[in-house]
Order: sequence, then C-alpha cells, then structure tokens
Amino acid sequence: MTPSRVSRITLRTVALGYLAVLLAAPVGLVFYRTFEHGFGPAWQAVTTPEALHAFWLTILMVLVAVPANTVFGVITAIALVRHRFPGRALLNAAIDLPFAVSPVVIGLALILVYGEGGWFGSWLADHGIQVIFATPGMILATMFVSLPFVVREVMPVLREIGTEQEQAASTLGASSFQTFWRITLPAIRWALTYGVVLATARALGEFGAVSVVSGKLQGQTETATLFVEQRFHQFDLTGAYAASFVLAMLAIATLLSMNLANRRKRVAS
Amino acid sequence: MPRPTGAAHGRGAAGIYLSLIVLIPLAAVVSKGFDNGWDGFWSAATSPASVSALKLTVVASFIVVAINGVTGTLIAWVLVRDDFRGKSIVNSLIDLPFALPTIVAGLTLLALYGPRSPVGVDVAYTRIAVGLALLFVTLPFVVRAVQPVLIELDRDMEEAAASLGAGPLTVFRRIVLPNLWPAILAGVALGFARSIGEFGSLVLISGNLPFKTEVSSVFIFGQIESDRVAAAAAVSVVLLAISLVVLLAISALSRWAGRHDA
Repeated sequence: MTPSRVSRITLRTVALGYLAVLLAAPVGLVFYRTFEHGFGPAWQAVTTPEALHAFWLTILMVLVAVPANTVFGVITAIALVRHRFPGRALLNAAIDLPFAVSPVVIGLALILVYGEGGWFGSWLADHGIQVIFATPGMILATMFVSLPFVVREVMPVLREIGTEQEQAASTLGASSFQTFWRITLPAIRWALTYGVVLATARALGEFGAVSVVSGKLQGQTETATLFVEQRFHQFDLTGAYAASFVLAMLAIATLLSMNLANRRKRVAS
Repeated sequence: MPRPTGAAHGRGAAGIYLSLIVLIPLAAVVSKGFDNGWDGFWSAATSPASVSALKLTVVASFIVVAINGVTGTLIAWVLVRDDFRGKSIVNSLIDLPFALPTIVAGLTLLALYGPRSPVGVDVAYTRIAVGLALLFVTLPFVVRAVQPVLIELDRDMEEAAASLGAGPLTVFRRIVLPNLWPAILAGVALGFARSIGEFGSLVLISGNLPFKTEVSSVFIFGQIESDRVAAAAAVSVVLLAISLVVLLAISALSRWAGRHDA
C-alpha cells in the first residue's frame, strides 16, 4: 500500500502531534521548570538530607527486590519450561497477577497479612518484627510489583534453546550446576538482562503499593516517588520537579539499556 | 539436567516465595472482603461512593483504550511504514510511560495542563484529567502489540489489492486491518487491565473528588487511610474480579492470535 505523499505526511503529523501533546511536551516542561531558576536550587532540593534519604531508600528497595526476583525468576522459568509437575498451570497463571492487580490493592493485601491484626501480624509482633509502616513491608511491596519481569523474559528463550546442549553437557559428566553455569546461563543472559532492567525500572518507580504500606513517615519511610508527592503537597514545586527530573533521568537510562539489551538479545537468538 | 531433588527444592522455594508475596496476601483481601458475609460485601461494594468510583473507572478505561486502539495503531503504522528523521528516537520514546514513575507522569501532566499551565489549558481536577493520565500510562500497549505484526505482514497482498484498483483506504480496511485485529485487541486488553488499577498518575491531577474524579483505586486508598479496611477490601475484590476476567480474555485472545498465524 502506498498512500499518496500528502496522506502519508498527514498521518505522520497526527501521530507525532499526539505524542508531542501527550508525552514530549509535559515531560519537557518539567525539565524546563526544574532548571528555570538555574542549576543551584534544583541541586539543593535533591541534596537535602531528607531527599538523599529518600533516594537511598529507593536504591535499597531495588537492591533487595530485584536480585530476589532474579533468582526466583530463573528458578521458576526453568521449572515452568523444563519440568512437568502438579500445580504447574496454576503457577504459570499466578506469575502474571502483579501485572493485573492495582498497586493500592497490593498494599492493602500486604497490610492484611503482615500488619497489625493481620494473618501473621500477632506472630510478627510477638517476635518484635515490624513489617508494615516500615522498610520490610515496602520491600515486600516492591518485590510484588516487580516479580513477573525476569520470569516472562527468560521463559521464551529457554523454550527456544531446547535441551540438546544441556543433555550433551550432562552426558559428558557435567554436574547440574556446571551445566547451568556454562550452558544455560550464557544462553539466557541477554533475556535475563532485559528482565532485570524492566524489573529495576518498575521497582524504582513504584508508588501506590509502597505508599499504602509505608505510613509515609517523613524522612523515615519515604522513597523517592513518595518524596515527589510530599514536596508537591508542601508547595515546594522546585523540590518536586527536581526529584522528578532525577527519576526521569533514571527512566531514560533504563530505556537506553532496554534498547541495548533488546538488540543484543535479538543478535544472540 | 539438574538432579530431580535439586529441581524439586527449587520449585518448592519458588512456590513459597510466590505464596508469601502474592498469593497469601491476595487471599487475605478476598477473605477480608467477605468478613461480614455476602451481605457485608455487597453493601460495601454497592455504596453510592463506591459504585460511582467503579463506574468512572470502568467507563474511563473503556474510552481510553478505545482511543488507544486508534492512535496506537496509527503510531505503529507510522513507525513501521513511514520514514523520517528521528524515527528511532520517537520509537524509543514510546516506552517512556513504562519506565517513568507514575507519580512523575502525573506531575508532568499537571505542569502542562494544570492551574499553572503555560499554554492556558487547565483541566486539573476534572474527568478530562483522569482520561489524560490514563492515556499517558497506557500509550505503549497497543503500539507495542501492533508494531511486530505490522513488520511481519506480507506486503504482496496489499500490492495485489492495489494493482486491482483498491484505494489505500480500502486496502487498509480489507487487507491490513483484519490481520491487525488480534494484536490491537490484545493491546487494548492489556491497557484496560492497567487502566482499571491505575493510581500513581491520578493522585495529583485528578483531585480525588468523590462522585466526580475519584477512581476505584483512589477510593480504596481513602478507605484504608480512614481505617475502613473491610470496605476497602470489598471494592478490591471487585477490581480483582475485573482483572481476572481481563487476564482470561487476554490468554484466550493470544490463543486465537496463535491460530490466526497458523
């Protein structure tokens, strides 16, 4: 189909115009507003002790949740692709739940299990462990939302590479660990990287679920995204914009590494 | 091959992990929703404020994904079939809503379309703002579903139709569109699932006005804050049920699309 030049340019203009109005202009404006009064105020806003603590807490969430989900993801992907066992279909379906559940519902769910009066609440209280309105609960929330990415990226690649090489290796006397380390892992590494990047982006940006379980104790249980909201409500727009700018830069870095990992993944397969 | 015992241990650990983080908590929501029996659930889920929030959520999500179906297909078409400078940048930009934290998304929209708008468009705290935020966060779904199908699409049929005298519009409607339908619907369904539960992008720009701009997730949040956990759980159960239906529809769709390819 070769529509006339005029209609092609019209379609292009409409598509790009839509993207500009919805995406590029708002994000661009926040970048402009961040540095409207120069670099100094923005820098100051994101280097206050409270802001630094918020960013550190966000990094902590990522550092715990993403590795946990990576290990879980690889084990689960191998189990789902390579083995037949009772409950396999259920496990496979349950993996996608975090994509479909509202962040607020996730937060509520965690409170009902780990909070005061929750299913495990009294046991946890007896052992002096506070999960809800504290860091552990926020980590659980981050784990929940970023859980499916690694599994879903690794599974199709595992299916594609088949088991021939793995079987050859074990016939030649390789242990199961050696087979995994030398054969399986190199084959899935770009898909794994892609999944890790997606999970990291999701973990960095989580707001709703963390907001519900955090109790929003300023300077204590406040991640970077909660800091943005809190600054906005305190009428500190510079602070809100500057922290948003940092988060947006992280998002753009994520996009770039996604493109890179995706290209490598395609070359590898 | 891993030894059977090692594999079984791995599966067991994975199962426990998934149960502790996802399954048991979601079961707790359902259990809490029915704490006071079916009647308790029903009266909480059908309170005027909750019904109004659910209605807004579902209707807004339908409108938004319908718009996405059109604009997403158009953008995918432009990205695949058109050629212009900076196309690869635009292509990467599509994923920005996936990567950008939702609270930042809401803040950026509020900056341009809120009270301090430099272009004089102020839709903050209206239903239009709700739609705008949902359009922003669901933008990539249809584009990314349609794009690969459009790349793979054999152009011989289109050329044959054109050489037999079909105009571009007829070719699109009769040849291209039928091939894209499964992908468009899959993207729409994913966007709908996302839209139903959206929270972060809405909290700043929607104003959370009950009976006006309050969607279900924001309503649930308010119920939790004011310690009405059973009511929050009841509405959560409704949202979970909707998500479950959408997930089932998506898997049915992907089976249908698989048959379409073969």
